[in-house]
Amino acid sequence: MALEMLGGSTSLPQGTQDPPVRTEREAEIAGLDALDVPIAPARGPLARAWEGLWPKLTAIGLFFFGWQAVVWAHLKPEYVLPGPITVLKALWHGMADTGPAGSHVLLHATATTLQRAAIGYSLSVVIGVVLGLVVSRSKILRAGVGSMITGLQTMPTIAWLPLAVLLFKLSETAITFVVVMGAAPAIANGVISGVDHIPPVLLRAGRVLGARGLNAYRHVILPAAFPGLVAGLKQGWAFAWRSLMAGELIVIIAHKPSLGVRLQNARDFSDAPGLMAAMLAILIIGIVIDSLFFGVLERGIKRRWGLGK
Amino acid sequence: MSALRLSPARAVAAAPAPGSPAISVDAVTKVYGPRGNHTFALDRISLEVVPGEFCCLVGASGCGKSTLLNLLAGLDTPAAGTVTVSGRTSLMFQESALFPWLSVRGNVNLALRLAGVPKAERDDRASELLRMVRLKGFGGKRPHELSGGMRQRVALARAIAQNASILLMDEPFGALDAITRDLLHDELERVWEETGLTVVFVTHNVREAVRLGDRVLVLSSRPGRVVDEFGVDIPRPRRLDDAEVSHLSGTITDRLRQEVRRHGA
Repeated sequence: MALEMLGGSTSLPQGTQDPPVRTEREAEIAGLDALDVPIAPARGPLARAWEGLWPKLTAIGLFFFGWQAVVWAHLKPEYVLPGPITVLKALWHGMADTGPAGSHVLLHATATTLQRAAIGYSLSVVIGVVLGLVVSRSKILRAGVGSMITGLQTMPTIAWLPLAVLLFKLSETAITFVVVMGAAPAIANGVISGVDHIPPVLLRAGRVLGARGLNAYRHVILPAAFPGLVAGLKQGWAFAWRSLMAGELIVIIAHKPSLGVRLQNARDFSDAPGLMAAMLAILIIGIVIDSLFFGVLERGIKRRWGLGK
Repeated sequence: MSALRLSPARAVAAAPAPGSPAISVDAVTKVYGPRGNHTFALDRISLEVVPGEFCCLVGASGCGKSTLLNLLAGLDTPAAGTVTVSGRTSLMFQESALFPWLSVRGNVNLALRLAGVPKAERDDRASELLRMVRLKGFGGKRPHELSGGMRQRVALARAIAQNASILLMDEPFGALDAITRDLLHDELERVWEETGLTVVFVTHNVREAVRLGDRVLVLSSRPGRVVDEFGVDIPRPRRLDDAEVSHLSGTITDRLRQEVRRHGA
C-alpha cells in the first residue's frame, strides 16, 4: 500500500517528512550494509609489533648461535675467525669508545658512509622516479629506453668503478656516481612496473573525473603506482647500499674514515674483529633501514589498500 | 537535498534550450581493427535522449554499448557522424573504480576538487552526497572495507559530485547479488528523482531496464544499431516482479532473441 503512495509521482521529495516507505527502505539498506561489512579482527599495535618482531629476534639468535658453533668447531684459528662476542665487543668499542686507538672510529666511519648513502640515494630517487614516469607513459621511450634501463640494472656496479675514477678521480663525486648508476635504474624499473600494473579501470575513472595532464599524474598515476614505486625504492636502496660499499673499498679519500675504509684498513692490519665489526655495522644498517623504513611503508600500503593481511 | 539539484543558472548555462535533446547521436560510426580487416562496433547509429529522461539500452554481446558510452563521455571520438551532448557527463562502470588509496570521503572529495568546487565547500558537499547515498557514517572507511553494493553507492556519489547533468552507467549493478541490486534500483530511482539527472543506463538485463527506464532501446550486434524502441508507461515506483514489468520484459526479450538469431543463421 505504502509503495503506491509515491506511484507515478516525479515530484522531488522535500526531505522534511519522510514517508514510511523511506524509513523501511532505509532500514533494509542499513541492514544489508551491516551484514556486508567485513568484520575485521581488532588487534592492538603492540600485538602486531610483537608478531613481526619475535621471528626476527629468533632468527638473529639462531644466526649468532650458528656463528659461535662454527668458531667452536675450530675450523679456523680465532684470530682469523673471531666469535660473535669478540666482534660485538669490537663493535661497541668502535662506536662508543674514546680510547687511544682514536675516538669513535667506527661511529665516524658510519656517519660518513650514511651521509654518502643519503646523498646518493636521494639523487637516485629523483632521477629514477622522473625517468620511470616519463618512460612508462610514452610508447616510443618505452621501446627505446625501457630495455636499456633493465640492462643497466643487471650491470654489476663494480664495472662502473674504473670509469668513475677516470672521470672524477678519487672523489665524493665518483662514489655518488657509482651509487646513482646502481640505484637509479632499479627505482626507474619499479616505477615502470608500478605504472604498468595500474588497473585500466582506475585510469579510465581518472579521465572521467577530468584528471588530465599534471592532475592525472598527481591524483591518479602516481598514487596508483605507489606500491610498485615502493618496491622499486626498496630494491633501489639495496643497490645503493651495495654500490656504496664497492665504491668505498676502491675510492679511498684521505682523512675521510668510512665503513669501506674500515674494512680495507682492518684487512691490511689483520684486525679480524675490527673487520667483522664493520661488516656487522653494514649488515645492521641494511636490516634496520629495510625493516623500519620500507617495512612500515609496505605494511601501511597493504593495510590501506586492503591487500593481503 | 535541494542544493544538490543543478541550480537554475547552471541549468540554463549547461542544459539545452527547452525541447532540444540532452544527447543527440546522429549517424555515428565507429570501427575497430586495421584497415581492410575492420569490424563495425557502431554503424550509423542514431538516438536522442531528452533532459531528465531515464533511458536504458539493452543488447546482446558485441552491440557496442560500451563504445557508445565512451563516445558520449568524450573518452573516444567517432569515425563518422556527430555526437552532441549538452552538459557535463559522468560515467559509472560495473566495477566501482574507486581509488583504493583514498577513503570513501576522499574519493568524493577528489571528484569535487577536479570539478572545481572550492576547498571550503568540499567537505559539506561530500557529507551531503554521502548522506544522499545513505553512507553517512562510512566516510572514513577504505573502499576495500565496503561491500560491492556500498562501493557502487560511493561511485554514484562520486559521479554526482562531478556536477554533471548526464549520468552514463555501464552495467553498474551487473556484479551485485539480487537482493542488493533490487535495493539499489530503488536507490538509483530515488536519486534520479531528487537530482533531475539525465541517465543513460546500459544493461544485459531486460527486466532491470524495464524496472528503471522511461524508455528501452534495443541494440543489434555487429554492427551496433538501434533496432527497436519501447516506451515504458508503467507507473513508478515499479518492482522487478510487477506483472506489467514482466510482460513488457517478455516482449523485449523476444525482440532481442530475434536479433541474436540473425547471427546464427
